[in-house]
Amino acid sequence: MNKILFKKQLSKDVYLMRIAAPMIAEERAAGQFIILQVDEDYGERIPLTIADADIKEGSITIIYQVVGKSTLVLSKMEVGEELPALVGPLGTATHIEKFGTVVCVGGGIGVAPLHPIAQALKNAGNKVIAIIGARNKELIILENEMNAIADEFIVCTDDGSYGRKGLVTEPLKEICEREEKPNMVIAIGPPLMMKFCSETTRPYEVFTQVSLNTIMVDGTGMCGGCRVNVGNQVKFVCVDGPEFDGHKVDFDNMINRLNSYKEIERDAHNCYLDALVDEKEAEL
Amino acid sequence: MSHKTIEQFSEEAKILIADYVTKVDDLKPKERTKIPPQEMPAQDPSTRINNLDEVALGYTMEQARIEAMRCLQCVKKNCVDDCPVKIDIPRFIDHVAHSDFEGAAGVIKEASLLPAICGRVCPQEVQCQQNCTVGKALKDVDKAVAIGRLERFVADWERMTGKISIPEIKPTTGKKVAVVGSGPAGLVVAADCRRQGHHVTIFEAFHKLGGVLRYGIPEFRLPNDIIDREIETLTAMGVEIKTNFVVGKTRKLMDLINKGGYDAVFLGTGAGLPVFMNIEGESLVGVFSANEYLTRANLMRAFDKGKADTPIYPSKKIAVLGGGNVAMDAARMSKRLGAEKVYVVYRRTEVEMPARKEEVMHAKEEGIEFLFLQNAKKILGDEKGKVNGIECLRYELGEPDSSGRRRPVELAGSEFILDVDSVIVAIGNSSNPLISQSNPEMKVNKWGNIIVDEDQKTSMDKIFAGGDIVLGAATVILAMGEGRRAAEAINKMLAEETYSENQKIN
Ligand SMILES: Cc1cc2nc3c(=O)[nH]c(=O)nc-3n(C[C@H](O)[C@H](O)[C@H](O)COP(=O)(O)OP(=O)(O)OC[C@H]3O[C@@H](n4cnc5c(N)ncnc54)[C@H](O)[C@@H]3O)c2cc1C
Ligand code: SF4
Repeated sequence: MNKILFKKQLSKDVYLMRIAAPMIAEERAAGQFIILQVDEDYGERIPLTIADADIKEGSITIIYQVVGKSTLVLSKMEVGEELPALVGPLGTATHIEKFGTVVCVGGGIGVAPLHPIAQALKNAGNKVIAIIGARNKELIILENEMNAIADEFIVCTDDGSYGRKGLVTEPLKEICEREEKPNMVIAIGPPLMMKFCSETTRPYEVFTQVSLNTIMVDGTGMCGGCRVNVGNQVKFVCVDGPEFDGHKVDFDNMINRLNSYKEIERDAHNCYLDALVDEKEAEL
Repeated sequence: MSHKTIEQFSEEAKILIADYVTKVDDLKPKERTKIPPQEMPAQDPSTRINNLDEVALGYTMEQARIEAMRCLQCVKKNCVDDCPVKIDIPRFIDHVAHSDFEGAAGVIKEASLLPAICGRVCPQEVQCQQNCTVGKALKDVDKAVAIGRLERFVADWERMTGKISIPEIKPTTGKKVAVVGSGPAGLVVAADCRRQGHHVTIFEAFHKLGGVLRYGIPEFRLPNDIIDREIETLTAMGVEIKTNFVVGKTRKLMDLINKGGYDAVFLGTGAGLPVFMNIEGESLVGVFSANEYLTRANLMRAFDKGKADTPIYPSKKIAVLGGGNVAMDAARMSKRLGAEKVYVVYRRTEVEMPARKEEVMHAKEEGIEFLFLQNAKKILGDEKGKVNGIECLRYELGEPDSSGRRRPVELAGSEFILDVDSVIVAIGNSSNPLISQSNPEMKVNKWGNIIVDEDQKTSMDKIFAGGDIVLGAATVILAMGEGRRAAEAINKMLAEETYSENQKIN
């Protein structure tokens, strides 16, 4: 089964886990994801990008933020425990080749899926400029790892508590204005950040690839819950993606669809949190 | 129509049986056709729309025997001719008439492996019951011998009385068979190949087995217990099961053979790719494929709102587009999940609806409204991008098309608006391209269905396929039939291999 081999808290709500999954470790490539459940009968199927893999150990690494009940339960699981269900690798792998100069922009938890892609691009001989950003210093993850890959490295925080103060789109714009435009941009992060990165690069006509994290159930093309409009076509993120041309993605619609269950989920999350608090109080 | 309880049906049947039991072998055909057709007891509609329990409750023993006595034991067996797997119908029915239910089960099992399932979900009115002599004589297909209900009765009797036996397994052959997908096609291949002594592994993408039987067909029509029982039998037979395994992703198809040491592979991956209408507004919040809606409700158990983590959209007024079983299931499920108004919008008329007749009847009893000869033209949304209506068009029936059904023709200027907050698209599924895409040498037709020969063999060596991935969205019984044929071919191929290997050694 899929045993948790290692667990580390990266920032307030962000965790890293290495999980035994030997076959997935062998087959996966940068850009692909897995789906896991914390309960086989009633658990939700949550898609998470594979941040890294170790074929020797037979493990994959996931990095996730606690955003709802399932990720909260996952964050409470400990080394040695087993996940009842984990499937992958799903989605299409990132197309890697020597493009020239590639700007890798990561927002918040999006740095996790960005990291293996940046590594693969670097290995393929690209010049990698990395921009990572978060709301504040606390939420910056994988700084050293990204710095180690990047030929040029920029950190931004919204509140200026670390690195440059401001949004990642500012340095991105400056880079696009350089005499030698970058050949490609890869932006991964919250939907709004990917939208604005795409808007930033559009006037410079720099191809911008984004990695979408939509609502999914099965992850194999069966439900269509993950559909997005790309250009004038309907695409399924789970099989056609998760990576698409950011200049063609209808982000507004995607963001709307992402919020489909917001109210219900907030209720569930709150109920669960209340229950946890009750439990704690009972213990005291 | 007032609702009759199972106790009432049972009482009526007891009175009748007292009358017939002594002359079961002496009834003349005229007398048999006069026996009143037995209705299926069902949960009261007003109760069942609040639960997920099975709607149809099954015949009582007396009802089954009376219904069985209606069969004329024809010499020319129209029913058998129209049965996709050629169950010897009159022979099993005769056992029922004589209370030999174990005997009846034996007859069915000669041809069919999943009678508890088929008895519930087969479209009998267009198969075995369509040309039944009794129905013909009474000029009403609804008055044909209720073969499906009898099949279900026999299978349930066998299950309830613990009479299901584990089939005999031949000595180990050392050969390995990989079954990809655990829908009805895959389950049957696993059973048939295992019986010959081969090592069998089922690979399933989901965390639970059963395919559409589990994630698509709701429990109010096919309880999970029944699927679980079939799977228990397979496990007891020694079939190995690997869930959370997507062939083509977790392992490449050819690696099953080259690295995994499998001697044959059966692909029963189904038709799991939802078809959308391609109309404006389909990506608004509140539009779902039936697959998504039903998977959330069934497999992910979202109906159990207190327990399940997977949410389901809180619809109050919902339009289901389509007229097949999938549309019926989605409509009836949404009712059970709290929708107040549920419309089924279908382009043609009731006669052309591909759904099982009984499901349409049950849906009507549950207050589902049918809008025939109408179709969605455009889905409308509010400023937040949520569905708030659909613009529909009215149709009339024109000339028959290539399928022989009269083609619906739109009536210009007939647009009107239907007030709904959600839309479920249930107009069909096409085949899942996951495996064929990563194996370009696999021959598929223009719809993406895998092409096979009469032995269910694909264009790739050692690889067989069957069920919806070959037929396009079809039926459980056809999937099962293809599975049996594939298993037979696989068993033959492996036996020949073993034979020639032994020849070499000697
Ligand atoms: C809502 C609904 C209601 C229906 N009602 C009826 C009815 O009343 N009567 C009737 O006769 N028919 C009905 N059908 C049709 C019937 O269910 C199908 O024809 C039948 O299930 C097809 O069986 P199958 O074995 O080919 O595939 P499926 O049942 O589709 O099973 C395929 C399985 O393969 C798995 N899979 C797919 N790809 C992979 C992969 N790469 N690796 C591993 N696993 C994979 C899937 O997860 C799935 O579990 C209905 C269908 C639906 C959707
Ligand atoms: S056609 Fe009808 S009456 Fe004749 S054998 Fe079949 S079930 Fe019985």
